[in-house]
Amino acid sequence: MSDLLLFGPQRFQSTIGDALNAMEVEGPCAVITAGWQEREMEMDELVAGIDREVINLRLHHRAEEFFEADTIFRDAHRGHQQRMRQLQEIYRIRLSHTLACVHQLTGNLDNWPEDVVLAEIEDALAMVRELDRHHLGHMRNLQEAFLEEWQPYARPALKEHHLELTDTLYRCPAVLIAGGHVAVLLNRLRLLGLEGPIREKTVLASSAGAMVLGEQVVLFHDSPPQGPGYAEVFEAGLGLFDDLVPLPHARNRLLLDNPTRVSIFARRFEAASCLTLDDGARVDRVDGRWHPRQNIHRLKSDGTVEELA
Amino acid sequence: MTLAIRALEQRKDLNEAVIDEFIENYDFPIVEDNAITFVFRGKVEEVRLQHWVYGLESAPELTRLGETDLWYLILDLPAKSRIEYKFDIVTNGKHEWVHDPFNPQVAHDPFGFNSVVHTPGYVTPDWTFFEAETRPGSIEDYQISSKVFGGERAISVYLPARFRATRRYPLLIVHDGMDYVRYAALHTVLDNLIHRLELSHMIVVFTQAVDRLEEYAADERHAEFIVEEVLPWVEKRYPIQPNPAQRGLMGASFGAVASLAAAWRYPGVFGRLMLQSGSFAFTDIGANPRGPAFEPVVRFMNAFRDKPGRPTNKIYMSCGIYESLIYENRSLLPMLQQTGMQVKYVEARDGHNWENWRDRLREGLSWLFPGPLWMVYE
Repeated sequence: MSDLLLFGPQRFQSTIGDALNAMEVEGPCAVITAGWQEREMEMDELVAGIDREVINLRLHHRAEEFFEADTIFRDAHRGHQQRMRQLQEIYRIRLSHTLACVHQLTGNLDNWPEDVVLAEIEDALAMVRELDRHHLGHMRNLQEAFLEEWQPYARPALKEHHLELTDTLYRCPAVLIAGGHVAVLLNRLRLLGLEGPIREKTVLASSAGAMVLGEQVVLFHDSPPQGPGYAEVFEAGLGLFDDLVPLPHARNRLLLDNPTRVSIFARRFEAASCLTLDDGARVDRVDGRWHPRQNIHRLKSDGTVEELA
Repeated sequence: MTLAIRALEQRKDLNEAVIDEFIENYDFPIVEDNAITFVFRGKVEEVRLQHWVYGLESAPELTRLGETDLWYLILDLPAKSRIEYKFDIVTNGKHEWVHDPFNPQVAHDPFGFNSVVHTPGYVTPDWTFFEAETRPGSIEDYQISSKVFGGERAISVYLPARFRATRRYPLLIVHDGMDYVRYAALHTVLDNLIHRLELSHMIVVFTQAVDRLEEYAADERHAEFIVEEVLPWVEKRYPIQPNPAQRGLMGASFGAVASLAAAWRYPGVFGRLMLQSGSFAFTDIGANPRGPAFEPVVRFMNAFRDKPGRPTNKIYMSCGIYESLIYENRSLLPMLQQTGMQVKYVEARDGHNWENWRDRLREGLSWLFPGPLWMVYE
């Protein structure tokens, strides 16, 4: 049986409902739409056609209530977030130089003999991977230290929410996590202490919902209005898998017909499969192995994009 | 490469049928690499090209091809150039400006429309066109009463798609706002950039002056109107972020002067400025050569250049390389940078027109009010 099902965007091709209806387990489905922020409860389209009870966990709303009630924690949390943002900025500056080198060499292969330049590109790419690892470790340590120091879901204003959520999740065999703002979603899941309980469930996740479940959250856009469009490692995700980088809206966000960019992306994250999650996409994990079901493509190190389903 | 018009010129059988065939076979003007061949056909006494490209000969004359009624002119322009033009034709000694009858590409402005041509490399940005997937924002029209100017003033308010009264939004006030909507597709552009997450969900106020050459020429009343009347009116009715970094002014030509002047007279109120093809005329010595309408602008710019202060935090400036104002804009840039403000300056091979201003909207707005592009994956 699948324990993890990842989907593309649901706005134009709503596919999660069918997958959920086809599941044999009985019981309600917990829904997390915290990535939608203030639109959290507007889930009619998302759950239309689902033939079982759905319970929105209202994580965004609960966190807002908590911040209002516990201003000491709120201020500490803001300080923590600010520090994370600063680290991300510094990483971005370092990355812009390190990765620019890879792009410059890869884009000008004709300038040097192949046997000279290819090894240098590999080495430059290894430096990028090392920087990614360093940053991810730094962010993870910072996050863990903050949670350990402040124990948010042990604080009075959050304790009741945490217990209620744990109880609700106990009754739900499946959890549906919608996309949206990836940082907000990840933050709310952590704040309310759902990392552990979610691991026990069948999880159906789309777009940002899929991104937060991995070992690392990778942000990406090849052609933003500002900057070179270098993908960034953001934070450690919930760690439900480490062998896949989900790429929602890949057709809009990535230059998939640019072999240089595709190749660099795939080689940079070579330890994982970089899979596109566009409209209608679905990939399931069964017994620890991924099975592409529909509209799944993989970025390959040779710069091509392979259709898997 | 032999240009098409040269090949035609060399034919020995030039007659009406050959000209008809030539007209039938080409799109006009003919763009061959960076050479543009303008063509007019008619029994006229003289044809000139009105092009508004500063630096080129003003209104160059088209040459008549032999004894035919075909007139032509070849201009060399660099790649990625975009220009607007009309023909000035003379019949029975009378001048008349007409658009190019063979060219369906036109650009509208408050005075009508011009024909348009571009060299290779220029592409109309895709985000300026209607996109079916984009959720549209809405525009609400109001009349507000102004003590400063006396009487009522029309303003319009753009609300982004999925607007929520419970959320706070950045604010941008746009001079000549409805002209931006009509001639620079601003409504469509806002919808698309917000939909693409490149621009923050924001509230945009469009103002229109009654007499823009007077009010926008650094008129103190205008700054007061914006800061003391429009801003409080908007803040009372809509959920606006209270932080200056989330408030901006924008304008083109005299509208850019009005934006800069308002920010200068009320420093710290607006943290973001978008100044397009600013009419930033000044004098170091001698008289202002641009005419009486510029006198108050020159007085303001001279005062500003003397003591710029730090009226805002971030300025996006753009100007067309083919505008006479390029000199003033270029010279303002180092001055602004010395104040410690963040300044981004962009030039394009275009003129003083609405489509030039349209084409810079994505870069400018997304720099001043970046959207959650890297963070949101729905």
